[in-house]
Amino acid sequence: MALTLKKVKGSLDRMFDKNMQDLVRGIRNHKESESRYIAGCVEEIKSELKQDNAAIKANAVNKLIYLQMLGYDISWAAFNIIEVMSSPKFTFKRIGYFAASQSFHSETDVLMLTTNMIRKDLGSQTMYDTGVALSGLSCFITPDLARDLVNDILALMSSTRPYIRKRAVLISYKIFLAYPDALRPAFPRLKEKLEDPDQGVQSAAVNVICELARKNPKNYLSLAPIFFKLMTTSTNNWVLIKIIKLFGALTPLEPRLGKKLIEPLTNLIHSTSAMSLLYECINTVIQVLISFTSGMTDHSSSIQLCVQKLRILIEDADQNLKYLGLLAMSRILKSHPKAVQSHKDLILQCLDDKDESIRLRALDLLFGMVSKKNLMEIVKKLMVHVNKAEGSQYRDELLTKIIEICSQQNYQYITNFEWYVTVLVELTRTEGATRHGSLISSQILDVAIRVKTIRPFAAKQMAVLLENSHVIASQLQRNGMQEVLYAAAYVCGEFAQFIESPSSLLNAMLSHRVVSLPAHIQAIYIQNSMKLFASAVTQAEEDEDHEKVEELLKLVMGKLPAFVQSGDLEVQERASCILSMMKYASKAQGKGSKVAGDFNDLFKGELNPVAPKAQKKVPVPEGLDLDAWINDPPSSSEDDVPTTFNYKLKDNVDDFYSTKKEKMKELSPEERKKMREQRIQEQASNPNYLSSSKPKRSLHPMANGYQEPGDDTGDLPPVTDIDISIPLHVPGMTSSDKYLRQEQDRRRRRQEERKKRRDEKERKKDKKGRKGRKKGRQVVEESPDEDIEPVHAVDIVQEEMPEGAVQTDSEDDTKKEDIYKALDIDLESPLTAQDKLPTPTHRVAKESPQKGDEEPEEKKKKRKKKEKKKKEKKTRHHHHHEKHEHPQESLLLVDEGEEPTVAASNGDDVTTPVTSQDKVNGHQDAPKEKDKEDLDFWLSPGSGTTGATAAVNGDGDAPSPKQDTPEESPAKQHRHKKKKKHEKSSKHKKHRKEREKSPEKAETGKEKTEERPSTPPLPAMTRFVDLGENEHIGIKYETRVISMQEKQIMVALVFQNNVDKQLKSIEFNVLDTLNTRLIRAPGSTSHDPVKIPFILLPSSGNEAQLLFSVVSLNMPQRLRGTVTYILKDEEGSSQHKLDFKLYLPCSAYLLTAPCNSERFTHLLSSGEVSEKSSIRVNAPDLKFSHALQKICFYLKFSVVERVDDSASLYAATIQQHHVCLLIKAVPNGISVDGKSTDSSLLSNILDEVKEIFK
Amino acid sequence: MIKAILVFNNHGKPRLAKFFQHYSEDEQQQIVRETFHLVSRRDDNVCSFLEGGTLIGGSDYRLIYRHYATLYFVFCVDSSESELGILDLIQVFVETLDRCFENVCELDLIFHVDKVHFILSEIVMGGMVLETNMNEIVSRYMEQDKLEKSEAGLSAAPAKAAAAIKNIDLPTLPKDLKIPNIELPKLPSFR
Repeated sequence: MALTLKKVKGSLDRMFDKNMQDLVRGIRNHKESESRYIAGCVEEIKSELKQDNAAIKANAVNKLIYLQMLGYDISWAAFNIIEVMSSPKFTFKRIGYFAASQSFHSETDVLMLTTNMIRKDLGSQTMYDTGVALSGLSCFITPDLARDLVNDILALMSSTRPYIRKRAVLISYKIFLAYPDALRPAFPRLKEKLEDPDQGVQSAAVNVICELARKNPKNYLSLAPIFFKLMTTSTNNWVLIKIIKLFGALTPLEPRLGKKLIEPLTNLIHSTSAMSLLYECINTVIQVLISFTSGMTDHSSSIQLCVQKLRILIEDADQNLKYLGLLAMSRILKSHPKAVQSHKDLILQCLDDKDESIRLRALDLLFGMVSKKNLMEIVKKLMVHVNKAEGSQYRDELLTKIIEICSQQNYQYITNFEWYVTVLVELTRTEGATRHGSLISSQILDVAIRVKTIRPFAAKQMAVLLENSHVIASQLQRNGMQEVLYAAAYVCGEFAQFIESPSSLLNAMLSHRVVSLPAHIQAIYIQNSMKLFASAVTQAEEDEDHEKVEELLKLVMGKLPAFVQSGDLEVQERASCILSMMKYASKAQGKGSKVAGDFNDLFKGELNPVAPKAQKKVPVPEGLDLDAWINDPPSSSEDDVPTTFNYKLKDNVDDFYSTKKEKMKELSPEERKKMREQRIQEQASNPNYLSSSKPKRSLHPMANGYQEPGDDTGDLPPVTDIDISIPLHVPGMTSSDKYLRQEQDRRRRRQEERKKRRDEKERKKDKKGRKGRKKGRQVVEESPDEDIEPVHAVDIVQEEMPEGAVQTDSEDDTKKEDIYKALDIDLESPLTAQDKLPTPTHRVAKESPQKGDEEPEEKKKKRKKKEKKKKEKKTRHHHHHEKHEHPQESLLLVDEGEEPTVAASNGDDVTTPVTSQDKVNGHQDAPKEKDKEDLDFWLSPGSGTTGATAAVNGDGDAPSPKQDTPEESPAKQHRHKKKKKHEKSSKHKKHRKEREKSPEKAETGKEKTEERPSTPPLPAMTRFVDLGENEHIGIKYETRVISMQEKQIMVALVFQNNVDKQLKSIEFNVLDTLNTRLIRAPGSTSHDPVKIPFILLPSSGNEAQLLFSVVSLNMPQRLRGTVTYILKDEEGSSQHKLDFKLYLPCSAYLLTAPCNSERFTHLLSSGEVSEKSSIRVNAPDLKFSHALQKICFYLKFSVVERVDDSASLYAATIQQHHVCLLIKAVPNGISVDGKSTDSSLLSNILDEVKEIFK
Repeated sequence: MIKAILVFNNHGKPRLAKFFQHYSEDEQQQIVRETFHLVSRRDDNVCSFLEGGTLIGGSDYRLIYRHYATLYFVFCVDSSESELGILDLIQVFVETLDRCFENVCELDLIFHVDKVHFILSEIVMGGMVLETNMNEIVSRYMEQDKLEKSEAGLSAAPAKAAAAIKNIDLPTLPKDLKIPNIELPKLPSFR
């Protein structure tokens, strides 16, 4: 009774509470005092949250979400939100989860409390409870939640309700992101869902795999057949689009896939009415065409089809289609510029579009379409647009684009620099505000300095600009183009010998108007007027014109005082400095001595451009150790404030040089030589380059600066007379249009000449070309670019490099961090004991009952077995970083075991190169290769859809016909032999005994996963070595090489919690040595510890991976370090530490590299491995095969050849040192003879061999 | 992946903000403001794609939007989503709203933002497209609505009565706020 009363009272109370609508209305009615009103509401909400009534609470939370949208922080209510989430009523639960999805994130600490509640909701009988929980969870998942709930989610993936299934599938992507370890074990289930009967579920699975594959496409290549089948059968456009996009990402990795795709995609393009699908098809076809880099001539029809369809899109009235059409065009442009160039008219048309994004896209396209032939024409069009463009942003964009187009690839497309200088000058007169004065300025400087032949012309143009600057100054100022005057002044001063009337220019440069210019421009004016003066005086003295000299002196001395009074220090200093020099010169002049020589001495020498890389190339002088402290390092107590700056500085310097050093070593001399040769050849065919061996002087004698000032434009290409008929703003300035006409004339003339010379056939061709040109636009590109000769013999001055710099072509690449790297997981290799999903061990009262029920019987068994297995065998048989042992757990593997492997009929297509990657991966290489073969089969031209379906279904009970394929490469046969041998291994039998129920097929799969001959059983080996242990924590570590990384190795640390308390804030630190350094997070100093990103739960273990950079690897390294951690229990937490020595042996840098016996013999006979050393190991009980296995396992060698009781082994280091071993059984032991490229490396490795058998 | 879904009106007032990546409230407001700034200065007859929002995403991300009467519907997506597909999805979303609210207008979004969110959660989950079939979306939403009503049962009666009284003085809903039914002749809606 009382309860009912209370209920009624509660709902009566509610009547008078504000609900969300009231809140919204209230806010709308309090427009002036909104924040005050809301503050009042928040107080109300706070009191409502304190009440027990769930309805009131939910109502309050609902209001909070609205406030959150308006920008109010509601994180203080996180706990109340959880209360609402835990309500049994769907209405409130939904509000709770909704609030959580809006406001919770990975740092919300109360999330820790939600695990069980969410688990309960996931297992709820009400479908919508589960749905709401999944939706919410997808927004606030954390690594902890992901780990704890992954099993529940996986179970839901097999729910009977599609509504739940599709949500569970989708959320699995979020789980993988937060907890990458779940990917491998969960993947088979995910793959199943690709063929779910429900379209929504299928679509969700495609969605998830596409997201995964987008980041790491290579791991998903083997799914291509399934997707191919889906593509040809599905009618769901969403699914099709996703799949087609996925194929776009896969084709670059496997060109044969593209071949297979072209046809169905083309069909889709022809048949579909959905523009979105059409567009994605075109995109992927483009991708495919790009992947065919060579030897594909028969695909021009596909390109044509794409371009035609795109043209239709671009011509469409729908702006969206137009935009996308242009976007796709730009992709085609990269690989098939010719196909796009024929649509130049269309693209130029788009420049007039009212939509700015479309104009910008069109600009981008033009950028790629430029050739020597059409550069002038395109730039002219753009210039027209610059003048009529509305909006400064677009104008700026145009301006930048013009300059980018012209200057790209070292001015590759410019045949006439006079034209370019004119264009630049014209650009300075652009109307309206632009920000690119400095850009134009730097271009003028760049061109004038680097193109020697253009200097006279540039100097004259700049002189005109300077002399008339008063006319255009106001305009320039308005346009922000004053910067151009900076360049102009410099060019005039530096190349003063080309100026026709220095005195009038001098007058202009020192005129009183200059004072109004920005200070840095004034300064450059003064400095360069001095150069100009020097040049003028020289000329005057040569003419014995003393009056002229005096006149000049007077001029300068008269003008300078105005600048001496300048408020700017720079201007003032330069002016007063020059003034006093003038006074001195004036005195000397009075005495009748010549002053020109002295002045010229001041500006002697030529400034050449410095290569942007030059600074980095400065070699470190011998004996200078940049890493050593100059002073003693400050003690840690001083770290606090002022020293941080020093640290930073030092680290920067560090990075700076270390990267440089690396760069220099990275390429082998041969490679470098090759690249250099290649580049020289490229330069030779580039008309803008003159080979450096030619003396520059002979080309252009007056380019050498001041030594020959009198020598005027002798053998210069004639500077054309100024065309007065064109209305110019300023007399003396040429117009760029003139050059366009000139160029066309020139080309026509040349063509006519050629025409005369050539026979009938070619004449036709010429005519066509001319017709095209007469039309003005759409020049049909008939003759290749090479036909166009530059107007000038252009001499681009080589950029200067410091002495002793090693020439490298590689640019420093920037390291990219990728959060998706964690998901770069090999999904093909069978699952292992490590690849299991976590079984909840903490904060869990009991397992969700539903979970077990929904699991198929078989799997449950497997799981149990897996767990048992783990207990049995704590030490892992563990080879390299992918570990696997129990392949029967993998659905994947069952497929693999059964599938027909190599199609003998297509053997020629199937030769898989034995890449180093294959071998490096040790164990996995067999199944991987197997899988690859399947893919090969599917991809081979012969296999039709039948092949595809066969692979899709993973069927075929046919025993794998491996041994019967005659075309296999010898390397492969070799491996098969090993495998066969291995079938006999008793180790294998042991496994079989353990798992009698395992299907036979799984066993076959297993055989392939093992490697290396072994006769008697050998105890399980592990490369994990103890690093340190105390009462709380145990640490083991293993070194791993990273493929393609010459300078890094990875150290995998396994932390084991030995107590039943939580260990957190684990931090790892080592004292770096010069040779070996821990790679820390960017921005941290070399003393900062690295945080281990997990908490160790009671009695659990986890693995962390750290990277170390190494310089030289021929000596073992010992690094001292400390692990600190916080032990947390009920009483509180305490900090502890554990010291250790991290030992990195030389074998840490070894990698299992493939080597066949021919290569091995060649290596030995070539003398490349000159260092020799041998040892003898006394171990009477040692079996030879065990010895071999141990060496192979611990030191990562591979057996090249084995004859009875002797074997040759090979391994390479990450820096490509070779190490060859010959092992022979001798009485009471073995003898090991080693050869290597490095003696210290070899002896260290031999020491390690000894160590193994101790 | 969809990174964010924003709905705001012609004056930049947020009507719905769903972020699939965490941003603080201030950042969220700033993103809404920046997005509004970018989108609102574009004519209606220009393309619906925008690159270069600085706050959200980066180079891989694009804004794809549609303008309906007084509201902008903006999706921020990365390159794994099809541009035209997302445009269709926006259409699906709006049409679904139209069906659930019966001639949806801005006021519906103002007063029932929670419901709009619930509808959206049937379409997009965690930044990935969940369902595009309008019938499925509507029926699922309606079922949940029914479930909510059944839970409310009798105890909700007084509150309903109160709401009815309150609603009396609601300003008359201007009809011009109604979202015009925009058809996509070229793009067949996805099934």
